[in-house]
Amino acid sequence: MIDIRAAGPMEQFEILPIIALDFAGVDISFTNSSLWMVIATSAIVLFFFLATRRAALIPGRVQSAVEVLYEFVSDLVRDTIGADGRKFFPYVFTLFIFILAANLFGLVPSIPGTPAEIHTFTPTSHLIVTLALAMVTISIVLIYGFWKNGLKFFKLFAPSGLPIYMYALIVPIEIISFLSRPISLAVRLFANMFAGHIILKLFAGFVVSLLSAGGAVMLFGIAPFLGAVAVTALEFLVAALQAYVFAVLTCIYLSDAAHAADH
Amino acid sequence: MSIFTLITSAAETAAAHGDEAASAGLPQLDPSSWPSQLFWLTFTFGILYALMHTKFLPAIGGAIEERRDRIADDLDKASEFKREADDAENAYNQALADAKAKAQGIAAETRAEVDKDIAEMQAGTDAALEQQVAAAEARITGMKADAAAKVREAAAETARAIVETLIDEAPTSDAAAKAVSTVSNAS
Repeated sequence: MIDIRAAGPMEQFEILPIIALDFAGVDISFTNSSLWMVIATSAIVLFFFLATRRAALIPGRVQSAVEVLYEFVSDLVRDTIGADGRKFFPYVFTLFIFILAANLFGLVPSIPGTPAEIHTFTPTSHLIVTLALAMVTISIVLIYGFWKNGLKFFKLFAPSGLPIYMYALIVPIEIISFLSRPISLAVRLFANMFAGHIILKLFAGFVVSLLSAGGAVMLFGIAPFLGAVAVTALEFLVAALQAYVFAVLTCIYLSDAAHAADH
Repeated sequence: MSIFTLITSAAETAAAHGDEAASAGLPQLDPSSWPSQLFWLTFTFGILYALMHTKFLPAIGGAIEERRDRIADDLDKASEFKREADDAENAYNQALADAKAKAQGIAAETRAEVDKDIAEMQAGTDAALEQQVAAAEARITGMKADAAAKVREAAAETARAIVETLIDEAPTSDAAAKAVSTVSNAS
């Protein structure tokens, strides 16, 4: 018997304090989640610092990469929100790049033998984080929507050009759909990250269990190992896709806020 | 131990870990970690947003904008150069056409002058020739008349001589001339 132990599929989501911090009686400890938020943010800042250090007329490799990202999000914002979208571009871009980096860094394998506190952690696999980001988006939608349209913002719930009796049906549906936006936005990202990492850890757990059984049974570890490799590849796709989906939906909601009066 | 029991036990081990975590509750639903997560999210996201908004995005956008401007400028310049080249070509063609027209004008003028000279010279020559012809004709007419008179005179002389020989009586020269002219007019 080889003495190795697979971590449970939920252990990877545990919040472990690294530096205990307290602010006015509130626990704001620097945790493994904080560590990976800082790592993701630092990596982005470093990347963008290198890319923009010498903004050249003929871009180098790194500058080309960030310009592709810039144009990608810029086109998304312009196509979805229109001319009003320019002022939301920095927010949508930061949102996209932050979620993308957090998701991708969560897929880096942990270094074996290191303390659990610095094991790879995906901040976006916690509902409170994704919910906070979703609430920021919805807050911007509400504040900008009322600031731009005044009370006409409520026209969002009553699209014009319908027969009167249809409003009895449409208005409640629109209100429910609007209220469920922050929840669906938050849960979509959280659930994707959460489920993906559980599946990864389950496959990896099977590999470890089969290896620890020893003998010819170890050969059966190949199947879950290949499964883990395949799921890792899939998770890279999901990581990028969910960052994009979050950015797209943010743009669509902001577009609603910008054009509510035209409905 | 059969292979199947081993696999089953492995699966059970994994499931047991899952049960442990589940009994402890989902880490996501433990509110004690929320303030820390929210604080550090605000901190990192806030710093990232501030840097993106004030520094990185304007720099990237500026570089892209500058490149677009430069390309547009270069295209403008290129089209201007092309226009200049077209102008120069037009001017060259114009000059060429002018020169051709001028050359043709000179040629036509020269030809007209030469034609006029030729016509003048021809007219002069024609007139001189006509004069000479007229003079020659007048001389010929005169000579013809002379010759006719002389012939008639000779005829009359001959007639008088013949008559004298035949009848030994010489008619007057007037009568002989009259007779000759009568005969010659009758024939």
